[in-house]
Amino acid sequence: MKTMTIKTVKFIGLGYLEPLIRLIAGEEVKKNAKEAFKKIMIPLLSVFFFILLWQSFSDYLNNVESEMKIEKALQDQGPEAAKKLEECIASGDISCRPNSLPSPLMVVGALGKLWDDHLLLSSKKADFIQQYAAVNEERLAKGETEIKYTGRPSFVDQIFTSLKTVFAGFLLSIIIAIPMGILLGLSETLRTSFNWIVQIFKPVSPVVWLLLVSMIVKTILANVDVEKSFVISFISVGLCSMWATLVNTSAGVSSVDKDYINVAKVLQLGTYQKIFKIILPSSFPMIFTGLRITLSVAWMVLIAIELLAQSPGLGSFVWEEFQNGSSDSNSKIIVAMFVIGLIGFMLDRIMMIFQKLLTFNN
Amino acid sequence: MAYLELKNVCKSYGEGKNKTEVLRNINLKIEEGEFVAIVGFTGSGKTTLINLIAGLIEPDSGQVLFKGKPIQGTSHERGIIFQNYSLLPWLTVYDNVAMAVKTVFPNWKPKEVEEHVNSFIAKVNLSHAAHKKPKELSGGMRQRVAVARTLAMKPELILMDEPLGALDALTRGNLQEEILNIWSEDKRTALLITNDVDEGVFMADKVIPLRPGPKATLGPEFDIKIDRPRDKTALNHNDNFKKLRNSIIEYLMEIGAERTAGQEVSAYELPDLVPLQFS
Ligand SMILES: Nc1ncnc2c1ncn2[C@@H]1O[C@H](COP(=O)(O)OP(=O)(O)O)[C@@H](O)[C@H]1O
Ligand SMILES: [Mg+2]
Repeated sequence: MKTMTIKTVKFIGLGYLEPLIRLIAGEEVKKNAKEAFKKIMIPLLSVFFFILLWQSFSDYLNNVESEMKIEKALQDQGPEAAKKLEECIASGDISCRPNSLPSPLMVVGALGKLWDDHLLLSSKKADFIQQYAAVNEERLAKGETEIKYTGRPSFVDQIFTSLKTVFAGFLLSIIIAIPMGILLGLSETLRTSFNWIVQIFKPVSPVVWLLLVSMIVKTILANVDVEKSFVISFISVGLCSMWATLVNTSAGVSSVDKDYINVAKVLQLGTYQKIFKIILPSSFPMIFTGLRITLSVAWMVLIAIELLAQSPGLGSFVWEEFQNGSSDSNSKIIVAMFVIGLIGFMLDRIMMIFQKLLTFNN
Repeated sequence: MAYLELKNVCKSYGEGKNKTEVLRNINLKIEEGEFVAIVGFTGSGKTTLINLIAGLIEPDSGQVLFKGKPIQGTSHERGIIFQNYSLLPWLTVYDNVAMAVKTVFPNWKPKEVEEHVNSFIAKVNLSHAAHKKPKELSGGMRQRVAVARTLAMKPELILMDEPLGALDALTRGNLQEEILNIWSEDKRTALLITNDVDEGVFMADKVIPLRPGPKATLGPEFDIKIDRPRDKTALNHNDNFKKLRNSIIEYLMEIGAERTAGQEVSAYELPDLVPLQFS
C-alpha cells in the first residue's frame, strides 16, 4: 500500500511527498521527519515569504498611488477636495480605491467572485437549455437550426475555450511536425535543403504568425461558416509551437543508434518496417521531449494570440478586464495569471506521465 | 569449395591522411559444420572481420564467398550475435526474439512462432524473464537474449562477435556450455570471435589467432582434436588441451612482443584518451 502510493506519487512527479508518506506510515520517524521538513516545510515557507513580499509591495505601490492622487486633487480642485479624497481612501471605499497591484487578499476575493459569477451563469444557462429543450426538439424535427444560448461566458467557460484552442493547435502541430520531422530525419538531403525554413521560422513571434495566418484564413474561409477567430488562433498556436517537435523528431530519427540499424540490416527489414519497428520507437523519447516543449509553448503563446485575435478564451478575458478597468479588474487579471500558470504546469505534468508510460527510457 | 572463404580481403577506415588499414590480405576457409574460433587482441580488427562476413560492411578489395558466391549485404542464412547485445530496449525479451523469428519465417502461424520463441527462450534459461525489458536484466541475461534471438533465426552460419566478452568468469563458463548445447543440436557452421584463448580451445574445432592490426592478418591454424562433448573440468587435466592452449598463448605473446617492440622504436606518446570500450 505504502510502496504503491510512493510509486504513484513519484510517477506523477510529486516525489517530494515521499518522506511525508513514509512519516505517516511511521517509518524511520526521525530521518523522514527531517526529510519531510526539508522537502515540504521549506517550500511552504517560501510560499509564505512570497505572499508577504507581494503584500508589502502592493501596499507600497498603493500608497504611492494614493499620494499621487491626493496631490493631484490638491492642485486641480483645492485642499477641500484633497481632504475628501484622503478620507475616502482611508475608509477603503471602492469608488476611490487606488488602482495598482492588488494585494493577495483582493485576489482571493476576486477568485471567489469569479466562481460565484460562474455558478450564476451556469444556472442561467441550464435554465435556458431547459426552457428551450422542447422548442429546439421541434425545430430540429422540422429541420431548422437550434436556438443556442448566447449569454456571456464565465471565467471557467473561458478556461475550457482556451484548453480547446490549445489542444486543437497542439494536434495541428503534431500532425504537421511529426511526419515532417521523420522525413527530414530520414534524408540528409531534405534536412540540409529545408534547414533554412526551420531556422528562419522558428524564432518568428506569435503575433506575426497570427497576422500571417489571418491574412490567409480570411481569404480561404471567406464563405465558410466557421468561427474564424477560433480557426485563426488555433492555427497560429500550432504553427508557433510545432518547431520544437519538428527539430526533435528529425534529430531523433537521424541519430538512431547504429546498433539498432545493424539489427534492422541483419533482419533485412523493409523500409516501412525499419521506420515503424526500429527508427520510430528508438526516437520516441526525443519526440516526446519535443512534444512537451511544444505543448508548453502552445499554452504560453495562446494567451497572447487570443488577446490579439479577439478569440474567446483566457487571453481575451485578460484583455477585457484590462480595458474594463473596474475596481477589481486588476485582481481578476492576477487570478487569470495564476490559473494560466497552474494549467501550464498541469499540462506539462500530464505530458510527462504520458512520456513515462510510452517510452522505454526511465 | 569451402563453405565460407575469404580471399585477400582488405579493409580500411577513413580517408586520405586519416586512413588506417585495419585488415590486410585476410585469407580464411571454413568448411561446412566446422566450429572455428578467431582469437585476437582488442582493437585488432575482429569486429571488422565478422561484420564483413555478416555483410554489414564491404571489403575494399578481395572477396568474401559464402557457398561459392560473393556475399551481397546481409542474409538470414548468416546470423550474427553482436558484441554489445544490440537488443531493442523498447521490446521485452519475448518480443526481441519474436520480432526476429517473425521476419525470418513470415509464413509461420502465430502459434508456431510462439512455440518456437518460447523454446529458444527456455534453452537459454530465461523463461522466467520473458516479459522483462532488457534494462531490467543483468549483462549475462542480456547476452542470453542475444544468443536466443540469433539462434532462433536458425541461421546456416552462426557468427559470434565476442559474445561473452563482457561477462564475469562464472557466467561466461555457463553460457559457453549453453551455446555449445544449442549448437550441438544440429551442428551448424559457426565462427566465434573471442579474446579468451581458453574459450576458443574449449568451444572450437579450430583456433586461428588474428595478428593485431593495423594491417591485421590471420596467423597459423591450430586444430583442436578433442572429442565432444567436452567437459570443462576434465579438460583442465587434458595434456592435449594444455599443450594447445600454451602454444596459442605463446604465439600471441610473441606477436604481442613484436608489436610493443615495434612501437618502442618510435617515440612512445601516451594517447590523451579515455578508453570507452575495452574490447
Ligand atoms: N567505423 C569505423 N571507423 C573508423 N575506424 C574504425 C571503425 N570501426 C573500427 N575502427 C577501428 O578499426 C580497428 C579495429 O576495430 P574492431 O574491428 O572493432 O576491433 P576489435 O573488434 O578486434 O576490438 C580499431 O582501431 C578501431 O578503432
Ligand atoms: Mg570487437
